[in-house]
Amino acid sequence: MRWQLARLVDAHPETATARTLTLELDSWPGALPGQHVDLRLTAEDGYSTQRSYSLAEVGDSGRVRLTIQRLADGEVSPFLADELAIGDEIELRGPVGGWFVWDPADTDPVLLVAGGSGVVPLMAMLRARRSSDSKAPFRLVYSVRQQADVYYAEELGEIAATGRDVETVIVYSRVAPPGIARSAQRVMAADLQAPGWEAGNGPRCYVCGSTGFVESVTQALVHLGHDPQRIRTERFGPSGG
Amino acid sequence: MVTTPHDPGSAHLDGNVLAGPLRELFAVDMTSARTECVGCGQRAAVAELETYLGGPGVVARCPGCHAAVLRYVRTPSTAYLDLRGTLTMTVPMPAGGAES
Repeated sequence: MRWQLARLVDAHPETATARTLTLELDSWPGALPGQHVDLRLTAEDGYSTQRSYSLAEVGDSGRVRLTIQRLADGEVSPFLADELAIGDEIELRGPVGGWFVWDPADTDPVLLVAGGSGVVPLMAMLRARRSSDSKAPFRLVYSVRQQADVYYAEELGEIAATGRDVETVIVYSRVAPPGIARSAQRVMAADLQAPGWEAGNGPRCYVCGSTGFVESVTQALVHLGHDPQRIRTERFGPSGG
Repeated sequence: MVTTPHDPGSAHLDGNVLAGPLRELFAVDMTSARTECVGCGQRAAVAELETYLGGPGVVARCPGCHAAVLRYVRTPSTAYLDLRGTLTMTVPMPAGGAES
């Protein structure tokens, strides 16, 4: 699998600290939602570094979308989140990964649990469901610190309002907006329970977020009776720096 | 969250991050491959290994006993893959065989 040049054709802020990039590729085989690409930056002195980013949209048309969270001390993410300009080219390799993926042909119910920027590959799954004729029941539980941190807010609302058998729930861990009865706290077992997505319904579970988030949610799911073999996890962290 | 390269307490990620590096060596996705740990016999997908990126290379550890089952270092001209902690590796193959 070779590195190829990807051209930035669109960029828009997702939150105050994250930006969504649309990259155009000459050759793109398509991807499964959940897959990543690796991006490589090379400095003028030859120093090179690479990072793995989940696709936010799998890009059947030769365009892929990524959402980059700027990490304050990051080596790569501030450049991608702030400096890469329309028309600039960057080296990209992918798609890669075959574990944390959803197959649109699969009809089982799906429970998605996202912590912060961990929503990105799960959004790719929601978007793939929407653009396929899948009727698999989907539920997203998306944990953010506060309302301003929500990625894809408008689109998530639209998906929940118009999609059949799709639910999206945002839970707040630090500050709940006015009118939300649930007090701000981390994802609890009760947040993971909903008719249609109980352990007895045998959903596939996809959990993505920081290592601590993934481990606490996975434990809660297993405690609720979900089959560990049906829980797939992906930990986001400093490699995204 | 950002950790410094040599912080021994740095949090691990998981083997999903090895998808690109291993795809450079193998013709199929290796994150779905199941490893069998020499130390404790636990089987885990490469994607499930506790993966540490802080050093000059990558160390992936067994989620059961934390023994190193896979180490990987890439230089501009050479890839070093150390699998002495892995007893067997079971690799799902795509229908029709591997692509180039």
